[in-house]
Amino acid sequence: MFALSADEWAVIGLSLKVAFWSVLCSLPLALATAWLLARTRFYGKSLFDALVHLPLVLPPVVIGYFLLLLLGRRGPLGALLDEYFGIVFAFRWSGAAVAAAIMGFPLMVRAIRLSIEAIDSGLEDAARTLGATRLRVFFTITLPLALPGVFTGTLLSFARSLGEFGATITFVSNIPGETQTLPLAIYTLTQVPGGDAAALRLSLIAIVLSVLALMVSERLVRRSQQRARGRDA
Amino acid sequence: MLDIRIKRRLGGFALDAAFRSESGVTALFGRSGSGKTTVVNAIAGLVRPDEGAITVNGVCLFDAARGIDLPVEQRRIGYVFQDGRLFPHLTVRANLRYGYELAKPAARQVGFDHVVGLLGLEALLERRPGNLSGGEKQRVAIGRALLASPRLLLMDEPLAALDQARKREVLRYIAALHKEISVPIVYVSHAVEEVVQLAETVVLMADGRVVASGAVGQVMGRADLRAQGVAFEGGTVIEARVSAYDPTYNLATLDFDGGQLKAPDIAAAVGELVRVRIRARDIAIALSEPADISVLNVLHGSVLDVVAGDDARAVVRVKVGATVLTSRITRYSAERLQLTPGRAVCVLVKAVSLN
Repeated sequence: MFALSADEWAVIGLSLKVAFWSVLCSLPLALATAWLLARTRFYGKSLFDALVHLPLVLPPVVIGYFLLLLLGRRGPLGALLDEYFGIVFAFRWSGAAVAAAIMGFPLMVRAIRLSIEAIDSGLEDAARTLGATRLRVFFTITLPLALPGVFTGTLLSFARSLGEFGATITFVSNIPGETQTLPLAIYTLTQVPGGDAAALRLSLIAIVLSVLALMVSERLVRRSQQRARGRDA
Repeated sequence: MLDIRIKRRLGGFALDAAFRSESGVTALFGRSGSGKTTVVNAIAGLVRPDEGAITVNGVCLFDAARGIDLPVEQRRIGYVFQDGRLFPHLTVRANLRYGYELAKPAARQVGFDHVVGLLGLEALLERRPGNLSGGEKQRVAIGRALLASPRLLLMDEPLAALDQARKREVLRYIAALHKEISVPIVYVSHAVEEVVQLAETVVLMADGRVVASGAVGQVMGRADLRAQGVAFEGGTVIEARVSAYDPTYNLATLDFDGGQLKAPDIAAAVGELVRVRIRARDIAIALSEPADISVLNVLHGSVLDVVAGDDARAVVRVKVGATVLTSRITRYSAERLQLTPGRAVCVLVKAVSLN
């Protein structure tokens, strides 16, 4: 009864693949964005801040629809990417990853930004007086000390990716084996007669995945906090 | 060696400071809020002046008129902050190596082991900053700044966060380091003892301006600075050699040009040179040697001059051997004792007032 069917494995595999790539690709961008928001002042910063937070307040379907307009085969950006690089997002798993990345982005930026803001900027000044460029200061001082926030942000974004529904179904539709992630599969099962038991199984799997992710992240956060406090092990 | 003239306005505070120094240790002295930290931050490049220029060892770091503003990391100015600012996620060794590895091998002035030995850091190398005591943290911070091979070492009240015993410990390390390594130091402090012990040149600051600058003996001896809003009592700085130490009473005997002084809590061994400062108001004057008195130091000299102030006080300068001591007494006493130039007097100094 606990053995998973091939279809279920496929759904889990796809969901993990989408979440993994969405987190991996948005992390560098989120780090840069969080640093800009935490440590710099520039013209139009509040507008930029609002833009970053937009996916948090807009209905996911709206984001999905805009993605379809922009990155669809005939969309301005989608057509360009297709023509020059042969990259297509529409109705592909990679499109699901893009949708998930955008939905999780504000959560990731927020956690990292708070973590960077909590670092004494005097430490960064001290590193510069020792001869480190801004870039080196970021990688040797800021990033290691912000790791608790990076792990928290990664978890939030990963969980958001696993659960992403509205933007995904609007942008890349619900294609089994290509874009049908866990939530989409559960939704589909609830729409067919006799699918309740299978939907419940998938829901339990979703719970197990989320709890596992939470536990791993907690462990990493605690360890990095210990390091950032500078206590001997 | 050090040529600074900068102006900066921020909110209601205006900084307008200019001074030069050729000394090994230059002290920036003044009460908190006088602009000392802003000056060193400007030298380090952490604060940008509105106008002026900063030159260190012939290298122009900043010149508003010529549009020069070297980035912090290219200035090679070591900075020891009041709060240490050790990197908490790195071991002491990694903290020390941070700047050392960034310095060009050809530009390195001191070896890693040399600095570690000088500051007594051997036992701390594998530890993390979170578990170090305040004194240990500051020693590591000094070592870290030195190992980056700076042109100049800035120390912003490095002892302010430490208790008395730690202060003495770190002060001794700084003095030793200054003898061993030829990096010029700018030492910011509002503590007279530290300035007197370490500095050769003193730059006195108040309200964002330089009130006085010059050799430590001259500036710290001026009795007129109180009037300029400086929270600091004029006095005399004496250079003396420790000739004996009595551990029973923790009393040292100091020889100087003019006699002997007994002083408590001297952070130096027998045979070493120290500087002590006697505040003008801690010196009493008598016409004959008093008997049965608790004051340990009675010196014989002759009055050089008497300057009566506008208020109730008068400043009397007394020549004791080759040393001139400044005493502040009431105008009434000066007249009652008929103190005139040339008159032989006894100078009384309480041992506990020496620092």
